[in-house]
Amino acid sequence: MRWLLKKDLLILARSRLLVGVLIVYPIAIALLIGLAISRTPGKPKVAIVDETPPGQTIQVGSERVDVSHYADQLFSQVQPVHVSSRAQAVADIKSGRVLAAVVIPRDIAARISSGVTQGSIEVLYNGNALEQSLVRSQLSSALAQANVGFSEQIQRAAAQAIGVLLTGGNLGVLGAPSNMIGLGQIPTTLHAIIARQPPGSQRTQLERIDRFAEFADQNLGLAKNVLSTIGQPIQVKSTLVQGRRTPLNTFAVVVAVSVSLMFVCVLLAAGGVALEREEHTLARLARGLASREGLLAEKGLLAAACAMVLGLAMLAGIGVFVSLDWGRIWQWLIALAFGAVAFGALGIAIGALAREVRAASLLAFGLSLPLAFLALVPSGAVAHGLYDAIAAISFVFPFKAALQALDAAVNGASPGLGISVVHLLGLTALFGALARLGLQRLE
Amino acid sequence: MAVRARAPVIGVSGLGKRYGEHTALREITFEVAAGELVAIVGPNGAGKTTLLSILAGVQRASSGMVSGSGSGSAIGWAPQQTALYSKLSVAENLRLFARLERVADPDAAVARMLVQTGLGERADERVERLSGGNRQRVNVALGLIGDPPALALDEPTSALDPGQRERVWQFVGDLARSGTAVLFSTHHLGEVRHYATRAIVLADGELLFDGAPAELIATNGGDGEGGDFETAFVAFLKSRGH
Repeated sequence: MRWLLKKDLLILARSRLLVGVLIVYPIAIALLIGLAISRTPGKPKVAIVDETPPGQTIQVGSERVDVSHYADQLFSQVQPVHVSSRAQAVADIKSGRVLAAVVIPRDIAARISSGVTQGSIEVLYNGNALEQSLVRSQLSSALAQANVGFSEQIQRAAAQAIGVLLTGGNLGVLGAPSNMIGLGQIPTTLHAIIARQPPGSQRTQLERIDRFAEFADQNLGLAKNVLSTIGQPIQVKSTLVQGRRTPLNTFAVVVAVSVSLMFVCVLLAAGGVALEREEHTLARLARGLASREGLLAEKGLLAAACAMVLGLAMLAGIGVFVSLDWGRIWQWLIALAFGAVAFGALGIAIGALAREVRAASLLAFGLSLPLAFLALVPSGAVAHGLYDAIAAISFVFPFKAALQALDAAVNGASPGLGISVVHLLGLTALFGALARLGLQRLE
Repeated sequence: MAVRARAPVIGVSGLGKRYGEHTALREITFEVAAGELVAIVGPNGAGKTTLLSILAGVQRASSGMVSGSGSGSAIGWAPQQTALYSKLSVAENLRLFARLERVADPDAAVARMLVQTGLGERADERVERLSGGNRQRVNVALGLIGDPPALALDEPTSALDPGQRERVWQFVGDLARSGTAVLFSTHHLGEVRHYATRAIVLADGELLFDGAPAELIATNGGDGEGGDFETAFVAFLKSRGH
C-alpha cells in the first residue's frame, strides 16, 4: 500500500489544476453557503415621505407622544431614503432607486389624537414578484414593529391618565379641573358625609353614589392591565426541547467545513479509483500485486487525509473571524476524521461504479450537492411525507451525520459526537462494501 | 497437433469459462514451452482475450486448470489497452511495478527493462507524452519487470503503425529467443505467419487448431512456407463451419 500511496501522491502533485479546483471550489461553495445561512437579507431601500410638521405630537391625557418616534422605529428596519413628496417617491420607485415608499400623512397625529379614527399610512410597491414578496414581507414586519413601539408609548400615556383619575391630581388636559379628586378617594370622603346625614332619601342617594364610586375605583384599576393585554395579547416564552442553542454563524462554519470536507473527499476518492480503471491498471494490480480491499482503503484514506487537512485549515482560518472554542480541538479532529473516512467510502463506491474519472467526478458532484441541500432542509419546511423521505435519504448518506458530528464537536450540539461517530462508522462499512462489490468488475 | 520436446512453462487442461448462459471457452487444452512464440487467433468473440486473461490470473476459469511455472501471477501480462500511469514517467512506472512485484533489486530491473525496450533516453519522460508504439513497449516491459518465464500479450500491435509494429516484434522476438515463452493474440494474421512459431486457432470458445502456421497453410490450400496465412485461415474456419 505504501508504494501505491506514494504513487497517488505523485500523481496528485502533478495534477495541479485538479488540486487547485479541489481546494478552491469547495471553499467557494462553502463560503457561499455560509454567507447564505449566516446573513439575514439586507434592509430594503424604502423612500419615506414624512408629511407631518416637525415636532408634531399626539396628546394622550397629560402625555404627549412625538410622531417622529414612529418614523424612527420604522427607519431602523429599512434603509430610509427621505424624499419630499409622494410624487418624488413614485418616481424613485419607477426608476428602481427604491423598492418601496411609505407616505406618513400630514393628519396622522390629529386622527390618532381624536380617539375616534385610526391613523393610516400609505405603502407603495414596485419590482418583480420575488422582490415584491421580499419587500412586502420586510416592510410588513418593519411596520408591525413600529406599530408595537408606538402603541407601547400610547399605552404608557393612557395608563398615566388612568392613574390620575384613580388617585387624583392634575390631568393636564385642557378644560380638566386642577387638583382633581381621585376615584379611590371618593368612598372615604363620602363615608364621612353619609355618617353625618340623618336617615332619609338624601342619605340613600349618597349611599348609592358611594357604591358606584367603589365599583368604578376597583374596575378602572383593572383597566391598566387590560391596556397592556391589548398591546401584547400573547407573550412568547421559548423552550428548546432538543439540541443546543448554536449561534447561526458557528453553525454556518460547521456547514461550510462539512461541505468542503465532502467535496474534496468524495471527488478525490472517486477520481482515484476511477483513474485506475481509466488507465487500465486496475486489472494489472488485481493480479496479486495489490488486494482490492487494500487498493480501496488506500484511495479512501488518502482522500480522507487530504480533506481532513483542508477541513482543519478551514476551521483554523474561519476561527480568526468567528469565535470558536479551541479547547474542543480533539473533538473537532475526531469529527473531521470519521466524517472524512465516511465521505472517502462514499467516494470509492462512486469511483468503483464509474468507468472513467470524468464520469466519477460528475457522479460525485451530482450526488454531493443535493445531499448537502437535503440535509439542511428544516422540519416543517416541506410536507410531512416529503420530510420523512428527505430524512431517510439523509440518513443513508454521510453528509448529515458528518454535519451533526462536526456541530457536536464545534458547538456541543445534539445528537452527541458519539452517536454521530457510530452512524458514520456504519455508513463507512456500507459504502466500503458497495465499493468492493463495484470493483469486482475489472474492465 | 504439434509435439514439444521442451518442458512446458504453461500447461492448460480442460479450461472452460462461462458468463451466465454464454460459454466463452470450452475444454481448452494445450502446453507452451520456454522460447515458444505462440499466436492465438480467431474471429471476434472467439475467446482469445478471455483465455489470456485467465492465463494471466485476471479472471478465474469456470472449469479446468492452468499449471506450470508461468501460470497465474507468475506470467507477465500486457493487456490490449496499455495499462500505465500516464502522469508518471517511464522509469517511475517500471519502478512502481518492480516494487509491487517485490523484485529483489527494483533499480536494476528498471535499468534492465530500459535497455531491453530501448527507452533509456526517455526514462524520465511522462508516459502521457510518449507515442503509441513507445507506450506499448512500456506496457510490455511492465509485464516483464518481474522476469517471468512466460508473457501473455493481448493484441500488442492493434493500435500501432507498421514501423511501430516492427519494433515491438523485434523486441518480442528477442524475448522469445532469450527463452521466454510468449503467447499473443492478434488480428494481424501476417504477424502470425512472420513471427509466431506456433498458432492456436479459437472459434466460439473452441480450440480448432494447434500447430505451426505453415502446417495450417499447407493443409488449407496454401503452399507451405511461402503461402498466405490469411487465406488458409479463412478457408480453415469455413471448413470447420465458422
